[in-house]
Amino acid sequence: MRKTMTSMLAGIGLVLACGTSVYAQDKELTIFWAEWDPANYLQELVNLYEAETGVKVTVETTPWSDFQTKAFTEFNAKGSAYDMVVGDSQWIGAASEAGHYVDLTDFFNKHNLKEVMAPATVKYYAEYPSDSGKYWSIPAEGDAVGWSYRKDWFEDPKEKEAFKAKYGYDLDVPKDFKALRDIAEFFHRPDEKRYGVAIYTDNSYDALVMGVENAIFSFGGELGDYANYKVDGIINSEQNVKALEAYKELYSFTPPGWAKSFFIEDNQAITENLAAMSMNYFAFFPALINEASNPNAKATGFFANPPGPNGDQFAALGGQGISVISYSQNQEEAMKFLEWFIKEDTQKKWAELGGYTASAKVLESPEFQNATPYNKAFYETMFKVKDFWATPEYAELLIQMNQRVYPYITGNQGTAKEVLDSLAADWNATFKKYNRVK
Amino acid sequence: MATAVMTTLDPNSRSAARGMSDLTIRNLFIIPTIVFLIVFNIFPLIYSLGYSFTDFRASSPAAANFVGLQNYRELLNDPFIWSNFAITAKYVIVSVVGQVIVGFGVALLLNRDIPLKGLLTTLLLLPMMLSMAVVGLFWKLLYDPSFGIINYTLGLGSFEWLSNPDMALYAVAITDIWMWSPFVMLLSLAGLSAVPKHLYEAAAIDRAGSFYTFFRITLPLVAPILMIAVIFRTMEAFKTFDLAYILTSQPTTEVISIRLYKMAFQEWQTGRSCALAYIVLIMILAITNIYVKYLNKVKER
Repeated sequence: MRKTMTSMLAGIGLVLACGTSVYAQDKELTIFWAEWDPANYLQELVNLYEAETGVKVTVETTPWSDFQTKAFTEFNAKGSAYDMVVGDSQWIGAASEAGHYVDLTDFFNKHNLKEVMAPATVKYYAEYPSDSGKYWSIPAEGDAVGWSYRKDWFEDPKEKEAFKAKYGYDLDVPKDFKALRDIAEFFHRPDEKRYGVAIYTDNSYDALVMGVENAIFSFGGELGDYANYKVDGIINSEQNVKALEAYKELYSFTPPGWAKSFFIEDNQAITENLAAMSMNYFAFFPALINEASNPNAKATGFFANPPGPNGDQFAALGGQGISVISYSQNQEEAMKFLEWFIKEDTQKKWAELGGYTASAKVLESPEFQNATPYNKAFYETMFKVKDFWATPEYAELLIQMNQRVYPYITGNQGTAKEVLDSLAADWNATFKKYNRVK
Repeated sequence: MATAVMTTLDPNSRSAARGMSDLTIRNLFIIPTIVFLIVFNIFPLIYSLGYSFTDFRASSPAAANFVGLQNYRELLNDPFIWSNFAITAKYVIVSVVGQVIVGFGVALLLNRDIPLKGLLTTLLLLPMMLSMAVVGLFWKLLYDPSFGIINYTLGLGSFEWLSNPDMALYAVAITDIWMWSPFVMLLSLAGLSAVPKHLYEAAAIDRAGSFYTFFRITLPLVAPILMIAVIFRTMEAFKTFDLAYILTSQPTTEVISIRLYKMAFQEWQTGRSCALAYIVLIMILAITNIYVKYLNKVKER
């Protein structure tokens, strides 16, 4: 028995020893990202890098709901499991101030990425603090919230006639938020199991807030002054009150049980014939033009977030930049990979595979804009995007906004003015706590 | 016999052959457990008590500053935290009372000679053997307003169980009752089968009614074991996380453990979340103590 045990242990030891030596010889890089289609496209892209250089790159993923928690747990433990992370835009303050990300300012300037990448992506994915000229990531997956709609419902002559009779103008892609609301109301027919609109309502991370931002930004509002942390009179401004009321009204035209919906549900609203229009990130639109995942693929159209009552037109920014993690033991190799990643050819390939490149040249090219029914809307949107706070305490701000806004939108609690006044007080208290304001 | 094993060693046993003393054997069994407990339970417990008096954030390299009782003071003054506690209390009461009624009721039904009793009991135990996450995921489908089987069978149309803020907590409690009533049933069944038959016979001779028999014989004799079930379920319900987290994200279902999770691992307010964890711990200890005192009283009767 003792002999068997000894030989077994020896065997295990040998396997481990061999394993380590093989590992040491091969260069490997691991990129951490959330579990969604673009991560699969990225894996396809990095396979090309392996073919060129022999360096194996693996894209490791985790569901969106615990992406932030898992990434920061690893960072806080100073773990070297991942060499790079395609981190959310609002993490950049927390991750750079805590020293989790490698400073990429020199790399950025050397390759003149400020010009190479679209301006909004540089501002929100790479630079922190705002206008400081310090860069922490390379814009990788551009993204913003857009809309999909049922072309067949919109183009039905009977519907067109009925719409015109009721609202006095033609049924078409909404020109502004008012039209969006009217169309949602028009198609909202619970008796026929058809509903007006699908919007984001999930309050577990940033879904609901992104949805509300779409209204706030297009109504001409802001979340606050990001440079000096002023929120009073900004987050609870007149425009924001109107925007929040408009979002709440849209909620009344959603399918039943729509109080915890994010990208999966919003795409289902189109594929399952539930809603006439659906809000979603552009990153999820490839599934809607694929007939295998959307039986209504041919009848699905897309449009950019419409302007508000004063003609302002903006959209909430999604998307991520790719950063090198300070605790990685392969930083040099990671930088080589980034040099390859920013090449124009690579960015073109990235767009072809389904990734949303942030490269200005590729975005502007007619090939890109005509490649899919939504690329043009994406290109237009990427120059009109705004984002949430990127300060290290953004998660607290996010939870406070969810706590205040969610009961109002889904549960009729309070008025928009009360909700936003309370939110201003919460945010002020948080900024005071972290000595951002006196 | 048990003490004999502790103090003497069978000369033919393998341990004796290897020349191990009683003390060695005892240490071999006990020391790893104690080390494990100290390293993974007691040390973190004390360490986090220290953190609860600081503004430490695990996400930041900044050193922790001592802030005294500030975390406790602010938490206890936070109306959102109090509403989380109120939600948790409501959930514990609904869910534990439901489980006792259903579990004890089923146990009473099973406590007689019926065919296939063993099989029936085993089948009834299945829910509590499933993982919480799995139960949450499939009850989410059962509750679905468009295609869920619950609305279909009850003819409720598109009633919104999980997105209705007033209903969501009850929906989570119903799921918990479904899952854990079998546990109460199992313990009650053990208690019921231990009630001496002659007491019922005596009651029958005295022509006692079934209500009288239940309240004067069955319940008092089963009470101690039922109390143990209630203690376990209360502690578990107080800590509920998975079911509520998976089923719905209504603010009306944000029980204290979900708030704690968000504070610790989304906001990374490590110091403050340690303080909240201690407040929760003290509450659970207090409630359990009341129960245990009551249990001892019941046993004395």
